[in-house]
Amino acid sequence: MYHWIPFWPDTAAVNADVVNALYVAELVVSGLIVATVAAMILIFGIRYRRGSDASRANLVQKTWRFELGWTAATLGAFLILFVWGAGIYIWLFQAPAGDEEVYVVGKRWMWKVEHPGGQREINALHVPVGKTIRVVMASEDVIHSFFVPAFRVKRDVVPGTLEAIWFKPNKTGTFRLECTQFCGLQHATMWGSVIVMTPADYGRWLTEQGVHKSLAEQGRDIFMAHGCSGCHGENSTVHAPSLAGLYGTYVHLQDGSVRFADEAYIRDCILTPRTFTVAGYPPVMPDFSGQLGEDDLLKLVAYIKSIGRNAESGR
Amino acid sequence: MTATTLERTSAGDPRDAEASYLTAETTVASWLLTRDHKRIALLFFASITVFFFVGGLAATLIRLNLATPEGLLQPAVYNRMFTMHGIIMVWFFLIPSIPTTFGNFFIPLMIGARDLAFPRVNLLSWYVFNLSGLVVLYSLLMGGADAGWTFYVPLSASFANGYIFAAAMAVFINGFSSIMTSLNFIVTIHRLRAPGMTWLRLPLFVWGIYAVSVVMLTATPVLAMDMFLLSVERFIGVGMFDPTRGGDPILWQHMFWFYSHPAVYIMILPAMGIVSEIIPCYARRPIFGYTGMVLALMAIVILSFFVWAHHMFVAGISIYAGVFFSLTSFFVAVPSAIKVFNWTVSLHKGRIVFDAPMLYCLGFVLLFTVGGVTGLMVATLPVDVHVHDTYFVIAHFHYIMVGATVSAYFAALHYWWPKMTGRLYSEGWARFAAILTYVGFNLTFFPQFILGYLGMPRRTYTYPAEWQPWNVLSSAGASILAIAYALPLLYLGWSLFWGRKASANPWGATGLEWTTASPPPEHNFERTPTVVHEPYRYDPEHDTFVSQEGSSHAR
Repeated sequence: MYHWIPFWPDTAAVNADVVNALYVAELVVSGLIVATVAAMILIFGIRYRRGSDASRANLVQKTWRFELGWTAATLGAFLILFVWGAGIYIWLFQAPAGDEEVYVVGKRWMWKVEHPGGQREINALHVPVGKTIRVVMASEDVIHSFFVPAFRVKRDVVPGTLEAIWFKPNKTGTFRLECTQFCGLQHATMWGSVIVMTPADYGRWLTEQGVHKSLAEQGRDIFMAHGCSGCHGENSTVHAPSLAGLYGTYVHLQDGSVRFADEAYIRDCILTPRTFTVAGYPPVMPDFSGQLGEDDLLKLVAYIKSIGRNAESGR
Repeated sequence: MTATTLERTSAGDPRDAEASYLTAETTVASWLLTRDHKRIALLFFASITVFFFVGGLAATLIRLNLATPEGLLQPAVYNRMFTMHGIIMVWFFLIPSIPTTFGNFFIPLMIGARDLAFPRVNLLSWYVFNLSGLVVLYSLLMGGADAGWTFYVPLSASFANGYIFAAAMAVFINGFSSIMTSLNFIVTIHRLRAPGMTWLRLPLFVWGIYAVSVVMLTATPVLAMDMFLLSVERFIGVGMFDPTRGGDPILWQHMFWFYSHPAVYIMILPAMGIVSEIIPCYARRPIFGYTGMVLALMAIVILSFFVWAHHMFVAGISIYAGVFFSLTSFFVAVPSAIKVFNWTVSLHKGRIVFDAPMLYCLGFVLLFTVGGVTGLMVATLPVDVHVHDTYFVIAHFHYIMVGATVSAYFAALHYWWPKMTGRLYSEGWARFAAILTYVGFNLTFFPQFILGYLGMPRRTYTYPAEWQPWNVLSSAGASILAIAYALPLLYLGWSLFWGRKASANPWGATGLEWTTASPPPEHNFERTPTVVHEPYRYDPEHDTFVSQEGSSHAR
């Protein structure tokens, strides 16, 4: 819609259309405010310049009436913009389950991407058009920020947790992927491309990447190698909570709190389990902090999510 | 208009015989050990002018580098330049600029006092400021810090290898100077007002300085804690901000912005005071809505403490926290909007003189308005998600902190120059510099809004070639701006030696500071003035004005 404006960025996702509409509305409001101020300065400046003989009698005395007027006017306009914006933000920042999922690790100075099928890429992200893409992100070192200008989507990737964002591309093409949080020496070169393809092309691309173990299968290997299955496995005699169907449910903890089991929760539980003892279970799980890299953690998370889904579909 | 239209000090005036504060003593020691607020103001003026040009040099290198997509500097040098530009400009120029110079010089004169409440603390503040300045220069000369002026952890604590500790300590020490100065102003304004100078008769510049002092005094200790914790984290690694040891990187951002957002108001509140002072004087009519202006200032003071997390909408705070801080950010824009409309309507039925200080102030109003409306955009959550950490934000805060504040600083410098030095500058050159500042500023920073919306991230030494045209425009504007900022050095410097002597009240202003000689005697007033009127009693209909101590004058 805006492609004829040379200073307008690409608009290639449903997220971007919504943000554009709000931005254009704000440009109009801003333009009106600036034009009003500039016009008043110009008109008063000419009419009441020192040499002019315009009447200066009867200066406004009850200024509060005017002040009340423009307080009400600005407050009203601002509240409309606020509500409009807040509504979009709440929608934009709650990542739904998504048609496709992809895992991204930020590392100085590159974006590493892992697809659920096990396909990997660096500084490139292939996605199908018209699908809701859920991106789960982790950082290996400092804070990075995942930004795709054409989608109007951005989120800081803070070390020590997982963040999830989503977008739904509606246009095929290659778009810039950036890091916008200063992350050290080569921050400027930490960028790549998001390649939006038709679903057919995307399917072909996935198969062309060679045979891999899927991310969940790789996670299962780690699950076995670190002995997780000894307690959390189906035939285990240790009294440990079952992980089947865990993802996306609410968990009651020993301290009385209730936590939503998203990716970040699963990651936290692996690293510092004693902080998240599940109600009715003994706090016996060892601490895995410092033993697993972000890559391995994402694979474990992908595996634990997958056993959740299998159990659900089995019911 | 020329200054000679108003000759109030006749040759026989006894004030002429008394030595001015400049000539009362002339030894170097009399300057370095002075407790006269006017001399300390000039000492501060010298210090911050040095830092303004050091920070400006870093800015020059930044814009030079960005004139081509490949860049000119080594990445490491570029990263250190934008970091040092930020640190020096924020803490060594913008924050101290107006309070320590014009605040120091004119608060006692405007409220009819002989000096600030604590003259020795005032001098100590200058020494502490210079100590912190030496530390930041050390950091710069050794190679500079390289984590951005926001010192985000874990980059600053564990990864960056520049002189971050030195820079953090410079900011830490600098804070004590801020606290001393602000405390001094608060006590002075509470305790040393001349008889009749009630709160609602205070000139708006005094209100601006009072407002900024309250923010400085309450917010700066948090900055000291931040910098202390960062240093401890960097050296000992207690894990306060380290997620692998149970710390939280977001905690740093909360603590940093809890100071640094109010700091934005520290930079703009005194500028608002200056503009409220100058516009009535050159429009020759009372300010529109004095009480509203005071209430708006104090509303900003309070609201400024409840908006900090709007810097963190994409940082991983809760969605509902984001919504709350967006709402408060819209609220804080309301008093600012009131002030803009009041300044503008203050031109209505005036007798407007377009001298240099007025031109700078009108530039302030326009640039502040552009900075304000783009502030609304970044307060709007989804728009901020897109423009956060891009050049859009850079442009937005430069419109406020440079476009507005530095314009007001130059307005004040021209407005009060005759009072401070006793000399008149060349009006033609001054008007030229004011207009050049406005043109150069817009050319530098307006293209950055477009670059930002296109998605150019901040703090990058290289960028895709398709963004070069906007960057070239910006760099070209920066070179014009550099000339506009350097010009006053020349003609103001010239005026010190060859400028015409200024009368006591060359602009026909109503404040008490204009009732003393130019430059003022060492002890400001022969006897304590009695205040009988509110400020800004200019009558545009008859072209007369009444000073705050009650004397009427024809213009």
